[in-house]
Amino acid sequence: MTSIVLDKVWKEYGDTVVLERINLEIASRSFVALVGPSGCGKTTFLRMLLGDEVPTSGQILLDGKPLKPEPDQNRGVVFQRYSVFPHLTVLGNVILGKEFEQSPIRVRLGGQKRRDAIAEARALLQEVGLSSHETKYPAELSGGMQQRLALAQALMRKPKVLLLDEPFGALDPGIRADIHVLIRRIWNTSDLTIVMVTHDLSEAFRLASRVIAFERQRNRPEEQERYGATLSKDLAIYASINEALRGATITRDIEIWPPRIAGAPAHGAAKPLV
Amino acid sequence: MRAINIKPDMTWRIVLALLPFAILLLLYIAGSDVRLAANPNDKLLPSFKSMGEAIAQYALTPDARTGLYLMWSDTAASLQRLLTGLAISTAIALFAGIAIGLLPLARATFGPVVAAASMVPPLALLPILFIIMGLGEASKIALIVIGTSLKLVRDLILRVYEIPREQLIKAQTLGASTWQIAMRVVLPQMLPRLIDSVRLEIGPAWLFLIAAEAIAAESGLGYRIFLVRRYLSMDVIIPYVVWITILAFLMDLGLRLLQRKAFPWFAAARAA
Repeated sequence: MTSIVLDKVWKEYGDTVVLERINLEIASRSFVALVGPSGCGKTTFLRMLLGDEVPTSGQILLDGKPLKPEPDQNRGVVFQRYSVFPHLTVLGNVILGKEFEQSPIRVRLGGQKRRDAIAEARALLQEVGLSSHETKYPAELSGGMQQRLALAQALMRKPKVLLLDEPFGALDPGIRADIHVLIRRIWNTSDLTIVMVTHDLSEAFRLASRVIAFERQRNRPEEQERYGATLSKDLAIYASINEALRGATITRDIEIWPPRIAGAPAHGAAKPLV
Repeated sequence: MRAINIKPDMTWRIVLALLPFAILLLLYIAGSDVRLAANPNDKLLPSFKSMGEAIAQYALTPDARTGLYLMWSDTAASLQRLLTGLAISTAIALFAGIAIGLLPLARATFGPVVAAASMVPPLALLPILFIIMGLGEASKIALIVIGTSLKLVRDLILRVYEIPREQLIKAQTLGASTWQIAMRVVLPQMLPRLIDSVRLEIGPAWLFLIAAEAIAAESGLGYRIFLVRRYLSMDVIIPYVVWITILAFLMDLGLRLLQRKAFPWFAAARAA
C-alpha cells in the first residue's frame, strides 16, 4: 500500500515560481493523471515525486516517510523517450534491474540466478507482448514497442509507484489505444500507484482514477490591461511576460465518476471507451 | 538535374575515388621523368624503379652492420611505441573521462585542470621529457600519452554528458548504485564512442612519435626518415611516408571494423 502526500510544496528556479502551495493526497493504488498546458509545471511535479528535483519548500511523504532526495527502486519511471538502454537487447534491458539488485560489484548474474531472472523477464515480456523480440536492440523496435519494453523493465523491480512522463505522447493513435489496454491491465493486476503526466485530456479521463489540472493563475492588475485584444484568456496567460513571476497551482481536482478502483471490474454503464 | 541530387552509383564511386590518386601518381611520374631526363642523378623525384630498389634494400636485405631488416625493425619499434602510447591514453581516457563526466565532485576537482593542461602544446614538453626520462622509450611513449590522452579525456567527458539524463534516472529507479551505473550503463555506451575518438587521435599520435624519433632515437620509421634526409635519399623517404600512411590507414580501418563487429547496436542507436 502506497500513499503519497504533498504538504505545501513550492518549486522555484531562481526568481521563477514554477509551482506554488501544492497540497495533495494520493491514495494507494490510485491512477492519477496530471494535465495542463505546456510549461505549467506538471513535469516538474513528476520529477519531484521521482526525486530528480527537490521541492524548494514543503515536503513530500511516501507512506508517511519523507521522500528520498534521489531516485530509487520504489519509484519506477517511463519517460517519453530514452527510457531504455540502447546497448542492451530487449531481454538484457529487462533483466538489468535484477542484476543491479543481486550483483552489486560484477553486475552480472550467473547460473541459477540468471536463469531465474530470465524466466521472470520472459513472463513480463509475454505480458507486454514482446516475447518474440527478446534478442533485438531497442533501435530495431517501433516507438510503441520501446515503451512496452520500458514498462516491462520498470515493473521488473516491482516499484510501489509508477511514474509516467507523457509515455504515449509520441505514439500513433492505434498503438496508443493498445498500450492503454496494457497499462490499465498492469494497474489492475499489480500493487501499484500510478502518476501519469499527459497533455491528452481524453487519455487522462480514459485511464485515470483521478485527473488533476495544473494552471498558472494570474490576477495582477497590470496584466489584465493587456489582455483585451487577445483571443482567449488562456492563451493570454501564456503569452504574458509576467508569467514567470507566478507559479502554477492545482486548479482542478476531478473525481472520476463512477469511481474506478484498481482491480475492480468496470461498471456496465461506466464502461470505458476503450 | 540539380547537383545535390546527382548521386554516383557503385562503379562510379570507385572510379571517382581512384581518380585523384591516379592523377597524383601521373603527375609524379611525369615530373620525375622530366627531371631524370635532364639529370639522371637527380635525387628529388626518384623513379619508381630506384624507390623499389631502395625498399628492397631496406625490407629484404639484412643490414650489413646490425644484421636487421631495417624497414621491419623500424616498423616494429615505431608500432610498439605508438600502440603502447595509445593504449595508455585510451585507458586513462576511459577511467578519467567516465569519472569526470559522471561524478559532479570529480568534475569540480579535475575538470578545470584537464581543460588547462590540454592547452599545453605537447611538443613544447618534449625537452622536459627528455631531461626527466632520458632519451629511451619512456620519453617517446610519454609524449604520445601526453599529446593524445588529454584530448581523449575531454572528448569522453562530452560523450558522457551526451547520455540522456533519462537513462541515468531510469537506472537509479532500477536500484543501481553509482558503480553499477558506470559499469553497465555508461561504460558499454562509451566504448564504441571511444573508438571513434581514438581513430581521430591516430594522426596526432604518429605526429608526436615521429617528432620524438626525429630528435633522439636509434630505430623507428621517423628516425630513419630523418637519418637518410642527410643524404637526400628521397628514394627511401617517399616509400617510408607511404608505408606510414598505409599503417595509419589500416589502424583506422581496424578500429572501424572492431566498432562494427563488437558493438552491433551502435550504428542504429547513433542514427536514432
